[in-house]
Amino acid sequence: MKVSLFITCLGDMFYPNAGKATVELLEKFDCTVDFPEQQTCCGQPAFNSGYHSDARKAAKQTIEAFKDAAYVVTPSGSCAAMLHEYSHLLKDEPQWQQEADALSAKSYELTQFLVDVLQVENTGASFHAKATYHTSCHMSRLLQVTRAPQTLLGNVNGLEMVDLSHKHDCCGFGGTFAVKMPEISKEMVDEKVNCIQATEADILIGADAGCLMNIGGRMSREETPVKVMHIAEVLNHTEER
Amino acid sequence: MPLRVGEKDFQTRVNKGLDDAFMRGTVRSAQEQLRTRKQASSEELGDWEAWRSLGEEIRTHTLEHLDYYLEQLSDKVAERGGHVYFAKTAEEGNAYVRKVAREQEAKKIVKSKSMVTEEMSLNDALEEDGLEVVETDLGEYILQVDDHDPPSHIVAPSLHKNRAQIKDVFAEKKDYEDSDNANDITRFVRGELREEFLDADIGITGCNFAVAESGSISLVTNEGNADLVTALPKTQISVMSMERIVPTWEELDVMVSLLCRSAVGQKLTSYITTLTGPKGEEEIDGPEDFHLVIVDNGRSDILGTQFQSALHCIRCAACVNVCPVYRHVGGHAYGSIYNGPIGAVLTPLLDGYENNKDLPYASSLCAACTEACPVKIPLHEQLIAHRQIITEKEKLGSMPEKWAMKMFGTGVSAPKLYRLASKQAHRVMSPWTKGSRISNGPGPLKAWTNFRDLPAPASERFRDWFANRRRSEFDE
Repeated sequence: MKVSLFITCLGDMFYPNAGKATVELLEKFDCTVDFPEQQTCCGQPAFNSGYHSDARKAAKQTIEAFKDAAYVVTPSGSCAAMLHEYSHLLKDEPQWQQEADALSAKSYELTQFLVDVLQVENTGASFHAKATYHTSCHMSRLLQVTRAPQTLLGNVNGLEMVDLSHKHDCCGFGGTFAVKMPEISKEMVDEKVNCIQATEADILIGADAGCLMNIGGRMSREETPVKVMHIAEVLNHTEER
Repeated sequence: MPLRVGEKDFQTRVNKGLDDAFMRGTVRSAQEQLRTRKQASSEELGDWEAWRSLGEEIRTHTLEHLDYYLEQLSDKVAERGGHVYFAKTAEEGNAYVRKVAREQEAKKIVKSKSMVTEEMSLNDALEEDGLEVVETDLGEYILQVDDHDPPSHIVAPSLHKNRAQIKDVFAEKKDYEDSDNANDITRFVRGELREEFLDADIGITGCNFAVAESGSISLVTNEGNADLVTALPKTQISVMSMERIVPTWEELDVMVSLLCRSAVGQKLTSYITTLTGPKGEEEIDGPEDFHLVIVDNGRSDILGTQFQSALHCIRCAACVNVCPVYRHVGGHAYGSIYNGPIGAVLTPLLDGYENNKDLPYASSLCAACTEACPVKIPLHEQLIAHRQIITEKEKLGSMPEKWAMKMFGTGVSAPKLYRLASKQAHRVMSPWTKGSRISNGPGPLKAWTNFRDLPAPASERFRDWFANRRRSEFDE
């Protein structure tokens, strides 16, 4: 199966290991992976801030970049959800809207793709650790992907998953919200960090670079000894015991 | 009390909320309790999503035929001997109520919670005429006695106060001498209010839903005061905003089921009162004179726009009860009697953008509100729609932000430029990088690094790794 990767701007620049793991995972399940060089950012920062004409530029660029793709897979729930917004964003340009619908129909978040398309429920990963999972808002509420990451993580050999209390509460990232309303955002992330600490997990797993950057950044500042990992890295992890 | 409350600017109000540890504690525990109860009571109904869809359908249908149902309602009220007045503005609504009060030579008015009359500043208008106006919902009464402290929650207006503070308010203003035990305080207030009910010349209530087919108004309460407000005074005035209407009793049943569960996690509240016109000749209680004031105050401007579904709102505060931003800043931070996510959507619609341009940004767009809304208002989408109007139409966004977004637009649509810039990021940021983190970022990064570290941009981006890997595959 031919899969085109949408690695997202944060993934490309800040979390390349998540991207690498994504490639290796997909190849493990017989996908031929390509990375269209023309991709940039999904446009979410501009879209959510109300600058829709700037967001449309990003949308068109992304549509162009993935024009020939059979499947578009991205290791980010939030950016995957944004691809589904394009149709609405480009509603006044019917030709582009059609293209947007086509992109949306072939786009998947990584775990969603593994479970729903490739029918994989166990990636064969092995990882002896105690971990908790951060449910990102856009992935669970806008993209409606909740079961796939839980199923896949549940099948990682040796991984003890502990439930995160108040898991449905936002971590306070919200893209530009974190810098536009930094004081409120800080209180939200502190509350999230407290819940994470209460689990006594060694690792926080997430499927969105934005949330990981926010929670991880706060934990790094506070010297909280919890490691942050992208779900792709965990699902691709193998170890000898 | 007007729609907009508090004089201070948004950031000052937010800081005040963030500093109020007590308020944040009560809001947190209230949210916890209400969420848990809502979960349990909505599960009891079976398919909650199907109920939400039904609620949305009823609200959409009603709004799309609002003129029809308003006319039907008005005719039915008149048939029953009541008076109906359509107020285009708050001033018109207030003027009508003042006129009725003058005609009745009224001195004292008892009220039961009504948000629209707060939006209209009706109490101020009546007090200007020398009338005594007494709020009779416990929460509202506390706020009124406490020098008109603004409400901080749609359903629990005095959520920001604790028992000790409430005791102090009554001790100072009403010579209350008992303990801060909730039963003692409630007993005291009950005694105070009983006299007011008996003395009042006019009762004023809001209206949760008006039933068009019979010309009835319904009130959903837990304290029983609304029954006394409607039953004891000779004259009864109900004030409703024009969208608070259902076609028939059947839809009322659905809406009340959704409201009680979403608001307080109850199957039904203690009292669901309905009134149909003044009392008949054979009836022993009820008002002799009934007036229904139907208030527009900017709502018809919302009809037919992308914000129409904001008028679905049934004031249950389900969105408030799940909002993490509200939890940390509290209701007063919104500077409006409508707070939380629905307040951030509704306030700019009713009061314009100029004074409320920060409200749509007071959200991380986590969509918990949208998920919680029993009538499916896409709240987070409407917040984005407001932002678009603020930046692209009203031009109220900041210049640096506008330029940043322009650069963003240029960068993302020019892949070569984008690749070049992202390749430089690691090098450009190196003076601020310690180990693999940036703790004191320059310029626009400051807002981020004031509270969090930023990971340093990777020296080898994903795309470099991928290209190298591809190259080495070809070499093999």
